[in-house]
Amino acid sequence: MELKAITANRLRDGAVVWLGPQGDWVERVELAAAFDDVAAKAALADAERSVTANVVVGVYAFEVEVVDGATKPLRQRERIRAQGPSIRTDVGKQADALDRAA
Amino acid sequence: MALLKKGHAAEDTWTHVADDAPVPANGAVTVSAARWAKERQELAGRSAPLGVRLGSADLAESVAADLGRFALVTVDFPKFRDGRGFTTARTLREHYGHTGEIRATGHVLPDQYQMLRRCGFDSVVVPDGADLAVWAAAHTQYTVAYQAAVGDEGGPLSLLRRRFAKAG
Amino acid sequence: MTYLAPKRHAGVYRYDEIDRQFLNERVAEYRGQVARRLSGALTEDEFKPLRLMNGLYLQLHAYMLRIAIPYGALATHQLRGLARIGRRWDKSYGHFTTRQNLQFHWIRLEDTPEIMAELAAIDMHAIQTSGNCIRNVTTDQFAGAAPDEVVDPRVYAEILRQWSTIHPEFTYLPRKFKIAITGSANDRAAIRVHDVGLLAKRNEAGEIGFAVYVGGGLGRTPYLGAKVSDWVGEQDLIAYLEAILRVYNQFGRRDNLYKARIKILVHQGGKQKFIDNVEAEFARIRGPKYRLDPAIVEAIERNFAPPPFEELPPFSEAFDRAKREDAAFAVWARNSVRDHRAPGYASVTISLKPIGGVTGDITSDQMDIVADLADRYSFGEVRVTHEQNLVLAHVRQDDLFDLWKALDAAGLGTPNAGLITDLITCPGLDYCSLANARSIPIGQEIQKRFADQQRQHDIGDLKIKMSGCINACGHHHLGAIGILGVDKKGEEFYQITLGGNAELDGAIGDIVGAALPPDEAVDAVESIVDLYLERRQPGERFLDTLARIGMGPFKEKLYGAA
Repeated sequence: MELKAITANRLRDGAVVWLGPQGDWVERVELAAAFDDVAAKAALADAERSVTANVVVGVYAFEVEVVDGATKPLRQRERIRAQGPSIRTDVGKQADALDRAA
Repeated sequence: MALLKKGHAAEDTWTHVADDAPVPANGAVTVSAARWAKERQELAGRSAPLGVRLGSADLAESVAADLGRFALVTVDFPKFRDGRGFTTARTLREHYGHTGEIRATGHVLPDQYQMLRRCGFDSVVVPDGADLAVWAAAHTQYTVAYQAAVGDEGGPLSLLRRRFAKAG
Repeated sequence: MTYLAPKRHAGVYRYDEIDRQFLNERVAEYRGQVARRLSGALTEDEFKPLRLMNGLYLQLHAYMLRIAIPYGALATHQLRGLARIGRRWDKSYGHFTTRQNLQFHWIRLEDTPEIMAELAAIDMHAIQTSGNCIRNVTTDQFAGAAPDEVVDPRVYAEILRQWSTIHPEFTYLPRKFKIAITGSANDRAAIRVHDVGLLAKRNEAGEIGFAVYVGGGLGRTPYLGAKVSDWVGEQDLIAYLEAILRVYNQFGRRDNLYKARIKILVHQGGKQKFIDNVEAEFARIRGPKYRLDPAIVEAIERNFAPPPFEELPPFSEAFDRAKREDAAFAVWARNSVRDHRAPGYASVTISLKPIGGVTGDITSDQMDIVADLADRYSFGEVRVTHEQNLVLAHVRQDDLFDLWKALDAAGLGTPNAGLITDLITCPGLDYCSLANARSIPIGQEIQKRFADQQRQHDIGDLKIKMSGCINACGHHHLGAIGILGVDKKGEEFYQITLGGNAELDGAIGDIVGAALPPDEAVDAVESIVDLYLERRQPGERFLDTLARIGMGPFKEKLYGAA
């Protein structure tokens, strides 16, 4: 079954966010809700409300898989968006993750 | 719709007649450029004020010969990003010497107000619900410009700069 | 507000109170626009062009701010200011672009009004570095220093910068508009691939005028600019540009984003018709209102007066001895040091392409170091090249060794300026939301393969330029070897082109064959270079050998029998 997650950028700071299971916007892709095709369409429509409310911009859906309960992007672009630049592991969300782990 | 002149609300004394509606005998009316081209003969005899409405693709050239008849030319901006109207107004003013009113219609942002003025627009039609305070503020946002434009009453400063006259 | 002034002889335009007033008005306008966006009074669709005209993009990870560095010229206090801004508002590093600007990649929208105010305090801004308007006017990084220079292009770059700043008629063009100017027939500003390219020159009477090329550009449909006039006199420069822009604003296509640049109007809409329209408009508007007064030119010129060069012998003992005594210095000097018009001086290229580093990136600490060195050795000015390096234009040859030691200690002494590992990569899929593939790691891999200095010198002049998508910010069309990242079924692939060059007799590269996966693409670059080394005749650069033997041998080597 093809799964999708919904993503956007937060308006105020441009941070990458994903739609979470509670309908809120989460900052780590692992926590993103994964939808089947039908649910994804409904979620996209829902997410537009955040656009109207000037919370996020640029909402779209992309393909994911769920591994051990964690949502994972299937394509390189979304992986980079989720982690940060591949050539600088000291910046981006990947660096925040390291900080969290430390 | 509100009509703005020099940053403030003004009354629109014109009737803008659709292509398929009859042109009243009296009163100030505008017709589209297409209608003017077709019905020039009939309309030419009109003694009440006449204006023409240009679309974004209409060139100033297309009405240049008849400018003397028009007290008002409106120039439409279908989208604020479509900047052809700036050239249309500028050409009407600078090249053809049009002294009548030039008015911007359609979708324009207050952030474009001074550019409109400096291209020769006298007035702007803003949509219902527009924040007139933002338009008023935009009208005086800049007091300095770096190039020659229409209405440089302030005269040239040193180098390329121009200072806007207080009257704006 | 206390403003720092540039060092007395720095070749930058000096702001006065009128310029500063303008900039403050711009900052105030922008502050209001951000507030209206955050409150929802402006939709994203309305706000986007406004923020783009203040250099603010929404990118893969965050907002990206592209700060204007007019024709690549920086006073040292400005470079220090950028370092501070990078520390305070970003992650203490920036990236120099192929249009001589600086990008910060981790910006928050809500911080940008403050950032604009901080930029204004050092006479800088991000005005019109994006958007469908006239962009940064770029020029030769050796302006005012190169022995082959006929006219100093910075003077006219500055005049056009002012003229194009919030031009009331030309701020909502069909598409972006890029102008470049060279003052030497050895064009180091790539004028043939700009919407308007200007070659500043002199006639027999010694008067200054311009050859004007229009309709150059890269991207989906690359074109070299067509010459529309061989001579536009200095006084007519503004009027002629107004005519070109007016014709473009009026007739450039607005129905199709991919056909909206002026290059389409010129090359697909009838070149002679375009020229006739421009000449007709020029004839109409030529007159006192648009005349470029010689007094204006003179006043602007005063900002770019030659610094007080010392009277020095053309040959520096100290420089020569240092090269003999220090092999590493000699290696660096061999291609990082260029002749200067003033005897005893040199222009220095600081490579921002360390092997395995991120091309064109610089840390805030490095910015401070370069600023200090520029104060000490180059009259307080730094230039940004369109190939993502820096230049100290006026260095005494006697000082070169000390300068190099300091650069080397700061990680800025990579001796590869102009060599194969001095490649261009755009930020690519690591940063950019437009990208199809990553550029930086491919560039790093290529650099590592060619890291051997001796081999690099043997290969000589061979420019590699890479873009992560067809928008061609990496100028891949102009690479002797060009690499374009593409997306094939969700995977990153790389298409190779050969034979591009950015000189006045420019050329767009030709595709060699089908796109390759990353490892094979890097191998292919090595194969191409090996073939060149095998087949070249004495004195031939890569481009010469390619011109002589043609694409055939390269296609065969990479893809087998044709």
